Amino acid sequence: MGASRFYFTEDDVKRLEEQAVQTRQDIISMITKAGAGHPGGSLSASDMITALYFHVMNIDPKNPQWEDRDRFILSKGHSCPALYSCLARRGFFDPEELDHLREYGAMLQGHPDMHTTPGIDISTGSLGNGLAVAVGTQLSAKVHGKDYMTYCMLGDGELQEGLVWEAAMSAGHHDLNNLVAIVDCNGVQINGWVNDIMTVEPIGDKWRAFGWKVVEVNGHNMKDILTALHTAKTMRHPVVILMRTVKGRGVDFMEDDSGWHGKAPSQAEMQTALSQIEKGGVV
Amino acid sequence: MAKTIADRHIFGNELCEIGKTRKDFVVLNADTKACNLEKFQDMFPDRAFTMGIAEQDMVATAAGMATCGDKVFLSTFAVFATMRACEQVRTFVCHTNANVTILGTHTGLQVGGDGATHAAVEDVGITRTFPNMTIIQPSDGVSAKALAHAAVDFRGPLYVRLHRNAVPDFYDPETFKFEFGKAITVREYGTDLTIISSGIMLQKCADAAEILKEKGINVRLLDMMTLKPLDEEAVLKAAKETGAILTVEDHSVINGLGAAVASVVVQNQPVPVKIIGIPDRFGESGDPELLYRDCHMDTASIVEEAAKLVEKKKA
Repeated sequence: MGASRFYFTEDDVKRLEEQAVQTRQDIISMITKAGAGHPGGSLSASDMITALYFHVMNIDPKNPQWEDRDRFILSKGHSCPALYSCLARRGFFDPEELDHLREYGAMLQGHPDMHTTPGIDISTGSLGNGLAVAVGTQLSAKVHGKDYMTYCMLGDGELQEGLVWEAAMSAGHHDLNNLVAIVDCNGVQINGWVNDIMTVEPIGDKWRAFGWKVVEVNGHNMKDILTALHTAKTMRHPVVILMRTVKGRGVDFMEDDSGWHGKAPSQAEMQTALSQIEKGGVV
Repeated sequence: MAKTIADRHIFGNELCEIGKTRKDFVVLNADTKACNLEKFQDMFPDRAFTMGIAEQDMVATAAGMATCGDKVFLSTFAVFATMRACEQVRTFVCHTNANVTILGTHTGLQVGGDGATHAAVEDVGITRTFPNMTIIQPSDGVSAKALAHAAVDFRGPLYVRLHRNAVPDFYDPETFKFEFGKAITVREYGTDLTIISSGIMLQKCADAAEILKEKGINVRLLDMMTLKPLDEEAVLKAAKETGAILTVEDHSVINGLGAAVASVVVQNQPVPVKIIGIPDRFGESGDPELLYRDCHMDTASIVEEAAKLVEKKKA
Protein backbone atom coordinates (compact mmCIF):
# COMPACT_ATOMS: atom_id res chain seq x y z
CA MET A 1 0.00 0.00 0.00
CA GLY A 2 1.04 3.62 -0.03
CA ALA A 3 0.33 6.73 -2.01
CA SER A 4 0.52 6.34 -5.75
CA ARG A 5 3.54 7.94 -7.40
CA PHE A 6 3.19 9.89 -10.56
CA TYR A 7 6.48 11.68 -10.67
CA PHE A 8 9.23 9.34 -11.70
CA THR A 9 12.97 9.07 -11.84
CA GLU A 10 15.27 7.55 -14.44
CA ASP A 11 15.62 4.59 -12.11
CA ASP A 12 11.85 4.13 -12.10
CA VAL A 13 11.82 4.10 -15.88
CA LYS A 14 14.59 1.50 -15.98
CA ARG A 15 12.89 -0.62 -13.34
CA LEU A 16 9.56 -0.52 -15.19
CA GLU A 17 11.19 -1.33 -18.51
CA GLU A 18 12.76 -4.39 -16.94
CA GLN A 19 9.46 -5.35 -15.37
CA ALA A 20 7.79 -5.05 -18.78
CA VAL A 21 10.29 -7.60 -20.11
CA GLN A 22 9.10 -9.94 -17.40
CA THR A 23 5.47 -9.22 -18.33
CA ARG A 24 6.11 -10.06 -21.97
CA GLN A 25 8.04 -13.21 -21.18
CA ASP A 26 5.27 -14.38 -18.87
CA ILE A 27 2.72 -13.75 -21.61
CA ILE A 28 4.63 -15.90 -24.09
CA SER A 29 5.29 -18.69 -21.56
CA MET A 30 1.76 -18.91 -20.21
CA ILE A 31 0.06 -18.84 -23.60
CA THR A 32 2.45 -21.46 -24.96
CA LYS A 33 1.81 -23.71 -21.98
CA ALA A 34 -1.95 -23.17 -22.18
CA GLY A 35 -1.90 -23.87 -25.92
CA ALA A 36 -4.29 -20.98 -26.47
CA GLY A 37 -4.64 -17.29 -25.73
CA HIS A 38 -4.10 -13.87 -27.24
CA PRO A 39 -0.43 -12.86 -27.47
CA GLY A 40 -0.74 -9.94 -29.92
CA GLY A 41 -2.92 -7.61 -27.87
CA SER A 42 -1.29 -8.70 -24.62
CA LEU A 43 2.14 -7.67 -25.87
CA SER A 44 0.90 -4.30 -27.15
CA ALA A 45 -0.71 -3.55 -23.76
CA SER A 46 2.24 -4.73 -21.65
CA ASP A 47 4.09 -1.48 -21.03
CA MET A 48 0.99 0.43 -19.93
CA ILE A 49 -0.32 -2.30 -17.64
CA THR A 50 3.14 -2.71 -16.12
CA ALA A 51 3.37 1.04 -15.49
CA LEU A 52 -0.05 1.08 -13.84
CA TYR A 53 0.57 -1.84 -11.51
CA PHE A 54 4.21 -1.18 -10.65
CA HIS A 55 4.20 2.58 -10.32
CA VAL A 56 0.93 4.42 -10.70
CA MET A 57 -2.02 2.67 -9.13
CA ASN A 58 -2.84 2.96 -5.47
CA ILE A 59 -3.39 -0.69 -4.62
CA ASP A 60 -2.70 -3.19 -1.87
CA PRO A 61 -1.90 -6.72 -3.05
CA LYS A 62 -2.58 -8.01 0.46
CA ASN A 63 -6.04 -6.47 0.43
CA PRO A 64 -7.34 -6.75 -3.14
CA GLN A 65 -10.81 -5.59 -2.11
CA TRP A 66 -9.56 -2.45 -0.31
CA GLU A 67 -12.41 -0.06 -0.96
CA ASP A 68 -10.27 3.02 -1.62
CA ARG A 69 -8.04 1.31 -4.17
CA ASP A 70 -7.66 2.53 -7.72
CA ARG A 71 -9.56 0.32 -10.17
CA PHE A 72 -8.33 -1.21 -13.38
CA ILE A 73 -10.85 -2.60 -15.83
CA LEU A 74 -9.46 -4.52 -18.77
CA SER A 75 -12.29 -4.08 -21.23
CA LYS A 76 -10.20 -5.84 -23.86
CA GLY A 77 -10.27 -8.85 -21.57
CA HIS A 78 -8.53 -11.17 -24.01
CA SER A 79 -5.28 -9.38 -23.15
CA CYS A 80 -5.47 -10.76 -19.62
CA PRO A 81 -2.12 -12.63 -19.75
CA ALA A 82 -0.44 -9.21 -19.42
CA LEU A 83 -2.63 -8.39 -16.44
CA TYR A 84 -2.14 -11.82 -14.85
CA SER A 85 1.62 -11.42 -15.03
CA CYS A 86 1.47 -8.01 -13.36
CA LEU A 87 -0.91 -9.17 -10.63
CA ALA A 88 1.26 -12.22 -9.88
CA ARG A 89 4.56 -10.34 -9.91
CA ARG A 90 3.05 -7.57 -7.79
CA GLY A 91 2.09 -10.12 -5.15
CA PHE A 92 -1.65 -10.59 -5.58
CA PHE A 93 -1.12 -14.34 -5.98
CA ASP A 94 1.56 -16.98 -6.41
CA PRO A 95 3.29 -16.66 -9.83
CA GLU A 96 3.05 -20.45 -10.02
CA GLU A 97 -0.56 -19.88 -11.07
CA LEU A 98 0.73 -18.48 -14.36
CA ASP A 99 1.52 -22.07 -15.38
CA HIS A 100 -2.15 -23.00 -15.24
CA LEU A 101 -3.80 -20.43 -17.49
CA ARG A 102 -7.10 -21.70 -18.95
CA GLU A 103 -6.89 -25.06 -17.15
CA TYR A 104 -9.90 -26.71 -15.58
CA GLY A 105 -10.41 -25.29 -12.10
CA ALA A 106 -7.62 -22.74 -12.57
CA MET A 107 -7.49 -19.35 -10.88
CA LEU A 108 -6.60 -17.80 -14.24
CA GLN A 109 -9.55 -18.11 -16.60
CA GLY A 110 -9.43 -17.47 -20.34
CA HIS A 111 -10.88 -14.04 -19.67
CA PRO A 112 -10.63 -12.11 -16.37
CA ASP A 113 -12.88 -13.49 -13.63
CA MET A 114 -13.33 -11.42 -10.48
CA HIS A 115 -14.49 -14.46 -8.52
CA THR A 116 -11.44 -16.62 -9.15
CA THR A 117 -8.56 -14.14 -9.43
CA PRO A 118 -7.49 -11.77 -6.64
CA GLY A 119 -7.02 -8.26 -8.01
CA ILE A 120 -9.53 -8.48 -10.86
CA ASP A 121 -11.97 -5.64 -10.20
CA ILE A 122 -14.65 -6.99 -12.53
CA SER A 123 -14.97 -9.87 -14.96
CA THR A 124 -14.55 -8.75 -18.56
CA GLY A 125 -13.98 -10.15 -22.00
CA SER A 126 -17.17 -9.27 -23.82
CA LEU A 127 -15.93 -6.29 -25.80
CA GLY A 128 -17.54 -2.88 -25.49
CA ASN A 129 -18.75 -3.18 -21.91
CA GLY A 130 -15.80 -2.23 -19.73
CA LEU A 131 -16.10 1.53 -20.00
CA ALA A 132 -19.74 1.47 -18.86
CA VAL A 133 -18.67 -0.62 -15.87
CA ALA A 134 -15.84 1.85 -15.22
CA VAL A 135 -18.37 4.69 -15.25
CA GLY A 136 -20.28 2.76 -12.57
CA THR A 137 -17.22 2.59 -10.33
CA GLN A 138 -16.85 6.36 -10.58
CA LEU A 139 -20.55 7.07 -9.98
CA SER A 140 -20.16 4.97 -6.86
CA ALA A 141 -17.14 7.08 -5.88
CA LYS A 142 -19.33 10.18 -6.23
CA VAL A 143 -22.06 8.72 -4.02
CA HIS A 144 -19.56 7.86 -1.30
CA GLY A 145 -17.29 10.87 -1.67
CA LYS A 146 -14.20 8.85 -2.61
CA ASP A 147 -11.38 9.96 -4.86
CA TYR A 148 -9.94 6.72 -6.22
CA MET A 149 -9.05 6.56 -9.91
CA THR A 150 -10.52 4.14 -12.43
CA TYR A 151 -8.42 3.13 -15.41
CA CYS A 152 -10.17 1.29 -18.23
CA MET A 153 -8.23 -0.20 -21.12
CA LEU A 154 -9.94 -0.76 -24.46
CA GLY A 155 -8.77 -1.99 -27.83
CA ASP A 156 -9.03 0.18 -30.92
CA GLY A 157 -11.08 -2.44 -32.73
CA GLU A 158 -13.30 -2.52 -29.67
CA LEU A 159 -14.32 1.07 -30.38
CA GLN A 160 -16.55 -0.39 -33.09
CA GLU A 161 -18.93 -1.47 -30.32
CA GLY A 162 -21.70 1.12 -29.89
CA LEU A 163 -21.86 0.71 -26.13
CA VAL A 164 -18.39 2.27 -25.82
CA TRP A 165 -19.89 5.55 -27.01
CA GLU A 166 -22.92 5.33 -24.74
CA ALA A 167 -20.48 5.07 -21.85
CA ALA A 168 -18.29 7.85 -23.24
CA MET A 169 -21.37 10.08 -23.37
CA SER A 170 -22.31 9.15 -19.83
CA ALA A 171 -18.82 9.86 -18.46
CA GLY A 172 -18.84 13.26 -20.12
CA HIS A 173 -22.35 14.04 -18.87
CA HIS A 174 -21.58 13.01 -15.30
CA ASP A 175 -18.25 14.84 -15.41
CA LEU A 176 -16.18 11.96 -14.07
CA ASN A 177 -12.84 13.56 -13.29
CA ASN A 178 -11.16 10.44 -12.01
CA LEU A 179 -11.88 8.24 -14.99
CA VAL A 180 -9.12 7.45 -17.46
CA ALA A 181 -9.78 5.42 -20.60
CA ILE A 182 -6.73 3.98 -22.30
CA VAL A 183 -7.08 2.85 -25.89
CA ASP A 184 -4.50 0.34 -27.06
CA CYS A 185 -4.26 1.55 -30.65
CA ASN A 186 -2.32 -1.31 -32.18
CA GLY A 187 -4.23 -0.94 -35.42
CA VAL A 188 -4.95 -4.64 -35.84
CA GLN A 189 -8.00 -6.75 -35.10
CA ILE A 190 -8.60 -10.44 -35.63
CA ASN A 191 -9.19 -10.33 -39.37
CA GLY A 192 -6.72 -7.63 -40.31
CA TRP A 193 -6.11 -3.89 -40.08
CA VAL A 194 -8.76 -1.94 -38.17
CA ASN A 195 -8.78 0.66 -40.93
CA ASP A 196 -9.71 -2.00 -43.49
CA ILE A 197 -12.40 -3.71 -41.44
CA MET A 198 -14.21 -0.73 -39.89
CA THR A 199 -12.21 2.39 -39.34
CA VAL A 200 -12.49 4.05 -35.97
CA GLU A 201 -10.58 7.19 -36.97
CA PRO A 202 -10.51 10.02 -36.18
CA ILE A 203 -10.38 8.52 -32.70
CA GLY A 204 -9.35 11.68 -30.84
CA ASP A 205 -12.11 13.79 -32.35
CA LYS A 206 -14.69 11.20 -31.40
CA TRP A 207 -13.68 11.30 -27.72
CA ARG A 208 -13.39 15.08 -27.70
CA ALA A 209 -16.93 15.30 -29.07
CA PHE A 210 -18.16 13.45 -25.97
CA GLY A 211 -16.43 15.86 -23.60
CA TRP A 212 -13.18 14.03 -22.98
CA LYS A 213 -9.64 15.37 -22.94
CA VAL A 214 -7.36 13.44 -25.26
CA VAL A 215 -3.72 12.60 -24.62
CA GLU A 216 -1.75 10.83 -27.34
CA VAL A 217 1.28 8.80 -26.45
CA ASN A 218 3.75 6.21 -27.72
CA GLY A 219 2.54 3.17 -25.80
CA HIS A 220 5.97 1.57 -25.83
CA ASN A 221 7.85 4.50 -24.33
CA MET A 222 7.82 4.21 -20.56
CA LYS A 223 8.59 7.89 -19.97
CA ASP A 224 5.77 8.93 -22.27
CA ILE A 225 3.39 6.52 -20.56
CA LEU A 226 4.22 7.81 -17.07
CA THR A 227 3.92 11.41 -18.19
CA ALA A 228 0.55 10.75 -19.82
CA LEU A 229 -0.80 9.03 -16.72
CA HIS A 230 0.34 11.94 -14.57
CA THR A 231 -1.31 14.42 -16.93
CA ALA A 232 -4.51 12.36 -16.92
CA LYS A 233 -4.73 12.40 -13.14
CA THR A 234 -4.37 16.17 -12.91
CA MET A 235 -7.07 17.03 -15.47
CA ARG A 236 -10.56 17.92 -14.27
CA HIS A 237 -12.24 15.95 -17.03
CA PRO A 238 -12.53 12.33 -18.10
CA VAL A 239 -9.33 11.67 -20.02
CA VAL A 240 -8.59 9.20 -22.77
CA ILE A 241 -5.02 8.16 -23.44
CA LEU A 242 -4.64 7.06 -27.03
CA MET A 243 -1.53 4.95 -26.96
CA ARG A 244 -0.05 4.10 -30.29
CA THR A 245 1.28 0.58 -30.04
CA VAL A 246 2.38 -2.37 -32.12
CA LYS A 247 0.41 -5.58 -31.87
CA GLY A 248 2.77 -8.39 -30.87
CA ARG A 249 5.37 -5.83 -29.73
CA GLY A 250 8.77 -7.34 -28.90
CA VAL A 251 8.52 -10.50 -31.02
CA ASP A 252 9.38 -9.80 -34.65
CA PHE A 253 7.26 -12.55 -36.20
CA MET A 254 4.21 -11.48 -34.21
CA GLU A 255 4.42 -7.74 -34.80
CA ASP A 256 1.57 -6.23 -36.84
CA ASP A 257 0.32 -9.71 -37.73
CA SER A 258 -3.38 -10.35 -37.10
CA GLY A 259 -2.58 -14.07 -37.27
CA TRP A 260 -1.14 -13.71 -33.76
CA HIS A 261 -4.28 -12.14 -32.34
CA GLY A 262 -5.38 -15.41 -30.79
CA LYS A 263 -2.82 -18.13 -31.42
CA ALA A 264 -0.38 -19.94 -29.14
CA PRO A 265 3.29 -20.20 -30.08
CA SER A 266 4.98 -23.58 -30.54
CA GLN A 267 7.84 -24.54 -28.21
CA ALA A 268 10.39 -23.39 -30.80
CA GLU A 269 8.55 -20.13 -31.38
CA MET A 270 8.40 -19.61 -27.64
CA GLN A 271 12.18 -19.94 -27.31
CA THR A 272 12.74 -17.43 -30.10
CA ALA A 273 10.19 -15.04 -28.63
CA LEU A 274 11.63 -15.21 -25.11
CA SER A 275 15.08 -14.55 -26.41
CA GLN A 276 13.98 -11.59 -28.55
CA ILE A 277 12.10 -10.07 -25.63
CA GLU A 278 15.14 -10.50 -23.37
CA LYS A 279 17.42 -8.74 -25.83
CA GLY A 280 14.97 -6.11 -27.01
CA GLY A 281 13.45 -4.83 -23.83
CA VAL A 282 11.49 -1.67 -24.46
CA VAL A 283 12.59 1.13 -26.73
CA MET B 1 -63.20 -1.02 -11.02
CA ALA B 2 -59.51 -0.89 -11.78
CA LYS B 3 -57.46 1.26 -9.48
CA THR B 4 -55.64 4.10 -11.12
CA ILE B 5 -52.15 3.14 -9.93
CA ALA B 6 -50.31 0.25 -11.56
CA ASP B 7 -48.02 -2.08 -9.60
CA ARG B 8 -45.00 -0.57 -11.34
CA HIS B 9 -45.83 2.85 -9.90
CA ILE B 10 -46.67 1.43 -6.50
CA PHE B 11 -43.29 -0.31 -6.43
CA GLY B 12 -41.47 2.87 -7.47
CA ASN B 13 -43.37 5.07 -5.02
CA GLU B 14 -42.58 2.67 -2.22
CA LEU B 15 -38.86 2.77 -3.07
CA CYS B 16 -39.05 6.56 -2.76
CA GLU B 17 -40.66 6.13 0.65
CA ILE B 18 -38.03 3.64 1.77
CA GLY B 19 -35.36 6.02 0.50
CA LYS B 20 -36.39 8.55 3.14
CA THR B 21 -35.08 6.35 5.92
CA ARG B 22 -32.56 4.15 4.17
CA LYS B 23 -29.55 5.34 2.25
CA ASP B 24 -28.12 1.95 1.35
CA PHE B 25 -29.28 1.79 -2.25
CA VAL B 26 -28.97 3.89 -5.38
CA VAL B 27 -31.16 4.31 -8.45
CA LEU B 28 -30.34 4.51 -12.15
CA ASN B 29 -33.00 5.83 -14.48
CA ALA B 30 -33.37 5.42 -18.21
CA ASP B 31 -35.44 8.16 -19.78
CA THR B 32 -38.80 6.52 -19.13
CA LYS B 33 -41.66 7.05 -16.79
CA ALA B 34 -41.65 3.33 -16.18
CA CYS B 35 -42.23 3.31 -12.43
CA ASN B 36 -42.03 6.81 -10.97
CA LEU B 37 -38.38 6.49 -10.05
CA GLU B 38 -37.68 9.84 -11.74
CA LYS B 39 -39.14 11.15 -8.50
CA PHE B 40 -36.38 9.39 -6.54
CA GLN B 41 -33.90 11.51 -8.48
CA ASP B 42 -35.67 14.70 -7.36
CA MET B 43 -35.86 13.55 -3.75
CA PHE B 44 -32.35 12.13 -3.42
CA PRO B 45 -30.17 13.65 -6.16
CA ASP B 46 -26.98 12.34 -4.55
CA ARG B 47 -28.22 8.75 -4.78
CA ALA B 48 -29.64 8.64 -8.29
CA PHE B 49 -28.32 9.16 -11.80
CA THR B 50 -29.97 9.66 -15.18
CA MET B 51 -28.51 7.34 -17.79
CA GLY B 52 -30.48 8.51 -20.82
CA ILE B 53 -31.95 6.25 -23.47
CA ALA B 54 -29.07 3.81 -23.26
CA GLU B 55 -30.11 0.62 -21.52
CA GLN B 56 -27.00 -1.46 -22.17
CA ASP B 57 -24.92 1.30 -20.67
CA MET B 58 -27.26 1.59 -17.70
CA VAL B 59 -27.07 -2.12 -16.87
CA ALA B 60 -23.28 -2.36 -17.21
CA THR B 61 -22.90 0.83 -15.16
CA ALA B 62 -25.11 -0.67 -12.45
CA ALA B 63 -22.81 -3.69 -12.38
CA GLY B 64 -19.82 -1.39 -11.99
CA MET B 65 -21.46 0.35 -9.03
CA ALA B 66 -22.26 -3.02 -7.50
CA THR B 67 -18.57 -4.01 -7.60
CA CYS B 68 -17.96 -1.02 -5.33
CA GLY B 69 -20.49 -2.30 -2.81
CA ASP B 70 -23.61 -0.44 -3.91
CA LYS B 71 -27.08 -1.95 -4.11
CA VAL B 72 -28.47 -0.64 -7.38
CA PHE B 73 -32.04 -0.39 -8.64
CA LEU B 74 -32.62 0.31 -12.30
CA SER B 75 -35.84 0.58 -14.19
CA THR B 76 -37.06 0.55 -17.75
CA PHE B 77 -39.47 -1.38 -19.94
CA ALA B 78 -38.86 -5.12 -19.71
CA VAL B 79 -38.16 -5.43 -23.45
CA PHE B 80 -35.24 -3.04 -23.09
CA ALA B 81 -33.96 -4.35 -19.77
CA THR B 82 -34.00 -8.02 -20.75
CA MET B 83 -33.56 -7.89 -24.51
CA ARG B 84 -31.73 -4.71 -25.54
CA ALA B 85 -29.45 -5.16 -22.54
CA CYS B 86 -29.70 -8.94 -22.42
CA GLU B 87 -25.97 -9.65 -22.50
CA GLN B 88 -25.20 -6.99 -19.93
CA VAL B 89 -27.74 -8.61 -17.61
CA ARG B 90 -26.25 -12.04 -18.24
CA THR B 91 -22.53 -11.31 -18.14
CA PHE B 92 -22.16 -8.24 -15.96
CA VAL B 93 -25.04 -8.67 -13.52
CA CYS B 94 -25.59 -12.42 -13.31
CA HIS B 95 -22.11 -13.80 -13.92
CA THR B 96 -20.59 -11.30 -11.53
CA ASN B 97 -23.48 -11.96 -9.11
CA ALA B 98 -23.98 -8.21 -8.80
CA ASN B 99 -26.32 -6.69 -6.25
CA VAL B 100 -28.55 -5.19 -8.93
CA THR B 101 -32.35 -5.16 -9.01
CA ILE B 102 -33.83 -4.77 -12.48
CA LEU B 103 -37.35 -3.43 -12.64
CA GLY B 104 -38.89 -4.51 -15.94
CA THR B 105 -42.23 -2.91 -16.68
CA HIS B 106 -44.76 -3.36 -19.49
CA THR B 107 -44.95 -7.14 -19.50
CA GLY B 108 -47.40 -9.46 -21.22
CA LEU B 109 -50.51 -8.78 -23.26
CA GLN B 110 -51.75 -6.56 -20.45
CA VAL B 111 -49.61 -3.82 -22.04
CA GLY B 112 -52.40 -3.49 -24.61
CA GLY B 113 -52.23 -0.44 -26.87
CA ASP B 114 -48.44 -0.03 -27.06
CA GLY B 115 -48.30 -3.20 -29.14
CA ALA B 116 -45.68 -5.80 -30.02
CA THR B 117 -42.50 -3.71 -29.78
CA HIS B 118 -43.20 -2.71 -26.20
CA ALA B 119 -44.93 -5.75 -24.74
CA ALA B 120 -42.42 -8.17 -23.21
CA VAL B 121 -43.79 -11.68 -23.63
CA GLU B 122 -40.41 -13.49 -23.52
CA ASP B 123 -38.65 -11.80 -20.59
CA VAL B 124 -39.10 -14.56 -18.02
CA GLY B 125 -37.86 -17.15 -20.48
CA ILE B 126 -34.73 -15.11 -21.09
CA THR B 127 -33.89 -14.15 -17.52
CA ARG B 128 -34.83 -17.54 -16.07
CA THR B 129 -32.00 -19.14 -18.02
CA PHE B 130 -29.31 -17.03 -16.34
CA PRO B 131 -27.53 -18.59 -13.36
CA ASN B 132 -27.70 -16.54 -10.13
CA MET B 133 -30.90 -14.76 -11.24
CA THR B 134 -33.93 -14.50 -8.97
CA ILE B 135 -37.27 -13.47 -10.50
CA ILE B 136 -40.31 -12.12 -8.68
CA GLN B 137 -43.60 -10.75 -9.90
CA PRO B 138 -46.39 -9.05 -7.95
CA SER B 139 -50.03 -9.88 -8.56
CA ASP B 140 -51.48 -6.57 -7.40
CA GLY B 141 -50.59 -3.30 -5.70
CA VAL B 142 -50.45 -4.79 -2.21
CA SER B 143 -47.91 -7.41 -3.21
CA ALA B 144 -45.97 -4.85 -5.27
CA LYS B 145 -45.48 -2.76 -2.16
CA ALA B 146 -44.28 -5.77 -0.19
CA LEU B 147 -41.90 -6.75 -2.98
CA ALA B 148 -40.32 -3.29 -2.91
CA HIS B 149 -39.33 -3.85 0.72
CA ALA B 150 -38.13 -7.39 0.00
CA ALA B 151 -36.06 -6.17 -2.95
CA VAL B 152 -34.24 -3.54 -0.89
CA ASP B 153 -33.06 -6.24 1.51
CA PHE B 154 -32.26 -8.75 -1.20
CA ARG B 155 -28.66 -9.38 -2.24
CA GLY B 156 -27.73 -10.52 -5.74
CA PRO B 157 -29.23 -10.26 -9.21
CA LEU B 158 -32.99 -9.74 -9.01
CA TYR B 159 -35.50 -9.23 -11.79
CA VAL B 160 -38.86 -7.77 -10.80
CA ARG B 161 -41.52 -8.30 -13.46
CA LEU B 162 -44.00 -5.43 -13.35
CA HIS B 163 -47.14 -4.59 -15.28
CA ARG B 164 -48.20 -1.54 -17.23
CA ASN B 165 -51.81 -1.19 -16.11
CA ALA B 166 -53.50 -0.99 -12.74
CA VAL B 167 -55.49 -3.92 -11.39
CA PRO B 168 -57.77 -4.07 -8.34
CA ASP B 169 -56.06 -5.08 -5.12
CA PHE B 170 -56.32 -8.79 -4.47
CA TYR B 171 -54.48 -9.19 -1.19
CA ASP B 172 -55.28 -7.70 2.19
CA PRO B 173 -52.59 -5.16 3.06
CA GLU B 174 -52.99 -5.98 6.77
CA THR B 175 -52.16 -9.64 6.42
CA PHE B 176 -50.14 -10.04 3.22
CA LYS B 177 -46.62 -11.40 3.66
CA PHE B 178 -44.09 -12.19 0.97
CA GLU B 179 -41.37 -14.77 1.30
CA PHE B 180 -38.82 -15.39 -1.44
CA GLY B 181 -39.19 -18.78 -3.11
CA LYS B 182 -42.50 -19.66 -1.48
CA ALA B 183 -45.72 -20.14 -3.41
CA ILE B 184 -48.72 -18.51 -1.76
CA THR B 185 -51.74 -20.74 -1.27
CA VAL B 186 -54.59 -18.45 -2.28
CA ARG B 187 -57.48 -20.92 -2.34
CA GLU B 188 -57.75 -24.41 -0.87
CA TYR B 189 -61.15 -25.62 -2.05
CA GLY B 190 -60.16 -29.21 -2.72
CA THR B 191 -57.85 -31.64 -4.46
CA ASP B 192 -59.40 -32.00 -7.92
CA LEU B 193 -56.75 -29.81 -9.49
CA THR B 194 -54.12 -27.18 -8.72
CA ILE B 195 -54.05 -23.91 -10.61
CA ILE B 196 -50.70 -22.11 -10.44
CA SER B 197 -50.86 -18.45 -11.38
CA SER B 198 -48.24 -15.74 -11.82
CA GLY B 199 -48.66 -11.99 -11.84
CA ILE B 200 -51.91 -10.23 -12.63
CA MET B 201 -53.54 -13.42 -13.94
CA LEU B 202 -54.33 -14.16 -10.31
CA GLN B 203 -57.71 -12.45 -10.32
CA LYS B 204 -58.85 -14.45 -13.34
CA CYS B 205 -57.66 -17.66 -11.71
CA ALA B 206 -59.49 -16.80 -8.49
CA ASP B 207 -62.66 -16.06 -10.46
CA ALA B 208 -62.24 -19.36 -12.30
CA ALA B 209 -61.83 -21.18 -8.99
CA GLU B 210 -65.22 -19.86 -7.84
CA ILE B 211 -66.94 -20.89 -11.07
CA LEU B 212 -65.30 -24.31 -10.94
CA LYS B 213 -66.44 -24.72 -7.35
CA GLU B 214 -70.01 -24.13 -8.43
CA LYS B 215 -69.50 -26.79 -11.07
CA GLY B 216 -68.32 -29.22 -8.40
CA ILE B 217 -64.62 -28.95 -9.23
CA ASN B 218 -62.66 -27.95 -6.17
CA VAL B 219 -59.22 -26.53 -6.80
CA ARG B 220 -56.12 -25.42 -4.98
CA LEU B 221 -54.86 -22.06 -6.22
CA LEU B 222 -51.22 -21.08 -5.82
CA ASP B 223 -49.70 -17.69 -6.59
CA MET B 224 -46.13 -18.32 -7.75
CA MET B 225 -44.79 -14.90 -6.85
CA THR B 226 -41.19 -16.11 -7.11
CA LEU B 227 -40.68 -17.47 -10.62
CA LYS B 228 -37.07 -18.41 -9.92
CA PRO B 229 -36.07 -20.24 -7.85
CA LEU B 230 -39.32 -22.11 -8.29
CA ASP B 231 -41.02 -23.47 -5.18
CA GLU B 232 -40.54 -27.07 -6.28
CA GLU B 233 -41.84 -28.39 -3.00
CA ALA B 234 -45.21 -26.69 -3.50
CA VAL B 235 -45.36 -27.90 -7.11
CA LEU B 236 -44.62 -31.51 -6.20
CA LYS B 237 -47.01 -31.40 -3.28
CA ALA B 238 -49.68 -30.17 -5.68
CA ALA B 239 -48.87 -32.91 -8.17
CA LYS B 240 -49.01 -35.56 -5.47
CA GLU B 241 -52.12 -34.33 -3.69
CA THR B 242 -54.24 -33.03 -6.58
CA GLY B 243 -52.95 -35.10 -9.50
CA ALA B 244 -53.19 -32.38 -12.16
CA ILE B 245 -51.78 -28.87 -12.61
CA LEU B 246 -52.93 -25.94 -14.72
CA THR B 247 -50.53 -23.02 -15.02
CA VAL B 248 -51.61 -19.52 -16.05
CA GLU B 249 -49.26 -16.69 -17.00
CA ASP B 250 -49.26 -13.50 -19.05
CA HIS B 251 -46.09 -14.60 -20.85
CA SER B 252 -45.17 -16.86 -23.73
CA VAL B 253 -45.95 -20.54 -23.09
CA ILE B 254 -42.35 -21.12 -24.13
CA ASN B 255 -40.01 -21.17 -21.13
CA GLY B 256 -42.13 -19.30 -18.60
CA LEU B 257 -43.93 -20.40 -15.44
CA GLY B 258 -45.66 -23.32 -17.17
CA ALA B 259 -42.44 -24.67 -18.61
CA ALA B 260 -40.74 -24.39 -15.23
CA VAL B 261 -43.57 -26.22 -13.49
CA ALA B 262 -43.83 -28.89 -16.20
CA SER B 263 -40.11 -29.57 -16.01
CA VAL B 264 -40.30 -30.23 -12.29
CA VAL B 265 -43.46 -32.32 -12.57
CA VAL B 266 -42.38 -34.48 -15.49
CA GLN B 267 -39.05 -35.33 -13.89
CA ASN B 268 -40.35 -36.09 -10.42
CA GLN B 269 -44.07 -36.69 -10.19
CA PRO B 270 -45.62 -36.99 -13.66
CA VAL B 271 -49.25 -35.84 -13.72
CA PRO B 272 -51.28 -34.09 -16.45
CA VAL B 273 -50.19 -30.45 -16.90
CA LYS B 274 -51.75 -27.76 -19.06
CA ILE B 275 -50.00 -24.45 -19.74
CA ILE B 276 -52.15 -21.39 -20.37
CA GLY B 277 -50.27 -18.39 -21.70
CA ILE B 278 -49.44 -16.50 -24.84
CA PRO B 279 -48.99 -18.89 -27.75
CA ASP B 280 -45.89 -18.58 -29.92
CA ARG B 281 -46.71 -15.07 -31.13
CA PHE B 282 -46.01 -11.41 -30.35
CA GLY B 283 -48.31 -9.02 -28.56
CA GLU B 284 -50.30 -6.48 -30.52
CA SER B 285 -52.31 -3.33 -29.91
CA GLY B 286 -55.74 -3.70 -28.44
CA ASP B 287 -57.81 -3.97 -25.29
CA PRO B 288 -55.96 -6.48 -23.11
CA GLU B 289 -59.17 -8.35 -22.34
CA LEU B 290 -59.74 -8.90 -26.08
CA LEU B 291 -56.16 -10.09 -26.47
CA TYR B 292 -56.58 -12.47 -23.53
CA ARG B 293 -59.73 -13.90 -25.08
CA ASP B 294 -57.96 -14.24 -28.40
CA CYS B 295 -55.18 -16.23 -26.71
CA HIS B 296 -57.57 -18.31 -24.57
CA MET B 297 -56.28 -16.71 -21.38
CA ASP B 298 -59.60 -15.31 -20.17
CA THR B 299 -61.52 -16.64 -17.18
CA ALA B 300 -63.84 -18.75 -19.34
CA SER B 301 -60.86 -20.45 -20.99
CA ILE B 302 -59.25 -21.14 -17.62
CA VAL B 303 -62.50 -22.78 -16.44
CA GLU B 304 -62.77 -24.80 -19.63
CA GLU B 305 -59.18 -26.04 -19.54
CA ALA B 306 -59.44 -26.87 -15.85
CA ALA B 307 -62.50 -29.02 -16.47
CA LYS B 308 -60.78 -30.79 -19.36
CA LEU B 309 -57.73 -31.44 -17.22
CA VAL B 310 -59.81 -33.02 -14.47
CA GLU B 311 -61.37 -35.33 -17.08
CA LYS B 312 -57.91 -36.21 -18.36
CA LYS B 313 -56.75 -36.96 -14.86
CA LYS B 314 -59.64 -39.38 -14.35
CA ALA B 315 -59.07 -41.11 -17.69
